[in-house]
Amino acid sequence: MTAPAARDRRILSPHDWGRRATRYGWRGIHTALFAGLVLLGALPLVWMVRAAVSTTTDLVQRPLALWPDPAMWSNIADAWNLLGIGQYLWNTVWLVAGSWIVQLIVATTAGFALAVVRPWYGRYVYGALLVTLFVPGTVTLIALYLTVLDLPGLGISIADTPWAVWLPAGAHAFNILLAKQFFDAIPRELFEAAQVDGAGWFTIFRRIVLPMSKPILAVISLLSIMTAWKDFLWPLIVLTDPALQPLSVALPRLAQNTDPAYLIAGLLIASVPPIVVFLVFQRQIVSGIGFTGLK
Amino acid sequence: MRRRAAGAGLVFLLPALVLFGYFAWWPIVQSAILAFQRTNLVDAAEWVGWANFEQLFADPLLPTAALNTLWFTALSMLIGLPLPLLVAVAMSELRRGGALARVLAYLPVVIPPVVSVLLWKVFFAPGENGVVNAALGLVGLGPFPWLQSPELAMPSLVVVATWSGAGTAILIYLAALTGVATELYEAAELDGASVWRRIWHVTLPQMRGVILVLLLLQIIGALQVFTEPYVMTDGGPANATVTVLLMIYRYAFLFGNFGVASALSILLALVLVVVSAVYLRLTRSWSSS
Repeated sequence: MTAPAARDRRILSPHDWGRRATRYGWRGIHTALFAGLVLLGALPLVWMVRAAVSTTTDLVQRPLALWPDPAMWSNIADAWNLLGIGQYLWNTVWLVAGSWIVQLIVATTAGFALAVVRPWYGRYVYGALLVTLFVPGTVTLIALYLTVLDLPGLGISIADTPWAVWLPAGAHAFNILLAKQFFDAIPRELFEAAQVDGAGWFTIFRRIVLPMSKPILAVISLLSIMTAWKDFLWPLIVLTDPALQPLSVALPRLAQNTDPAYLIAGLLIASVPPIVVFLVFQRQIVSGIGFTGLK
Repeated sequence: MRRRAAGAGLVFLLPALVLFGYFAWWPIVQSAILAFQRTNLVDAAEWVGWANFEQLFADPLLPTAALNTLWFTALSMLIGLPLPLLVAVAMSELRRGGALARVLAYLPVVIPPVVSVLLWKVFFAPGENGVVNAALGLVGLGPFPWLQSPELAMPSLVVVATWSGAGTAILIYLAALTGVATELYEAAELDGASVWRRIWHVTLPQMRGVILVLLLLQIIGALQVFTEPYVMTDGGPANATVTVLLMIYRYAFLFGNFGVASALSILLALVLVVVSAVYLRLTRSWSSS
């Protein structure tokens, strides 16, 4: 997305940078930019770390300090044990992992059918899938909840089971759109040659398309994992059993009668995994946002 | 060959068809049906015509929720639209530290919304020992009763929503900025256009498509705000932060009245459709002029 070669010049030319007033002006702008980014992007998180290992009195007396006095490292373990954070964290991981797998299966198989197999009815199915992108999830929330309570034709309820989070996650047309567009760009000669060699569709899917699609599988994976980790309203509705709830649903409930320092330790524990994933896969995520930039 | 492709296609489409059937297409149809039924999960659903809508319009909270939601959306646009654009333009001119700047800008987006809302709830604590108030106190302002006052509660929620959302917009604008042809800047520079004139006459017109799409997405997202008012203020103080989605949630899951909740969902859907249609129409006439 950001081609390094094109970085030589943007709005400002080398000539502009050579002019004193412009140079100092833009250096000022960039200093202010970094000050703002540190203040808003980093400091709240640094404060969260500090607060997680502070006493409540320390938080009240020195709200702006970035170093705890005294440092209560035991807060993290106490919060973990007292609030049951370990269980909620495991629930979160379990829900995210299932949603991720379901989304990968649906996106790759549907993308393969639409881009490679191309049955005659493919474009109608594609149209019907894309239509759902124009209906915001919150609008059909109530009907979706009632569907989960009583699956039409099956007469079973998947509410208060992980399936209530996993399966609806698969009905996400954007992933299919990404997969289809990527598969469309694979040369058809490859499939034809494989078919001459006697390969069936499933072999083509598994041996040719999937191995060639690692970049898009990575993007779909990161987007689906981050979305699932951040989800709140849907698990709040379908998982009323606290033993199944993810951290995002449990934390507001725990917030009502918990020592602030413990609560913030819980917030920290909920934030560390996505922050680590983001820092490790920063490049792919940034390009993934580029994909969502609807160019 | 064609026949076999039709069968094989169906096999591969099966997971998508089943899941979309149950969890996307059926709920869309079902939403419209539910709005005209009385359902409480205990008795059998019964048709009630427009009764759900009548009950909804008799609720004095409806105008409050509608106005609050519009107010939230307007405030979100006021800061949520220009700020990411300005930051992205400044960031695209960085000669060093661009990657660090992108990471810092996107970090708040990575934090789960519930966590940022609970964290900011602590920041907005009243009195001079609240974090925001203590910081403002350094420059002699405040203390303010952020979440306790009906006037300040909604702007506080907008601050949190913008904090957690601006990073995405910044990255999308940055990607779009790299797409602006550098020849145009060179030509403008040769014509003697200053940096500001180049931004105004070259950059912004080229970005118009992305800006308009993001604006529409932000409006549609803001009209459905839920987590911030639910977790931070629970609609208070004095109903100042009750939004349409919070009302839908309460009707369904507090009062068990799924029919009225669906009726309100349908109204929200209509508003979203009208907003999108008007918007597309306006942008078409702007881009053709």
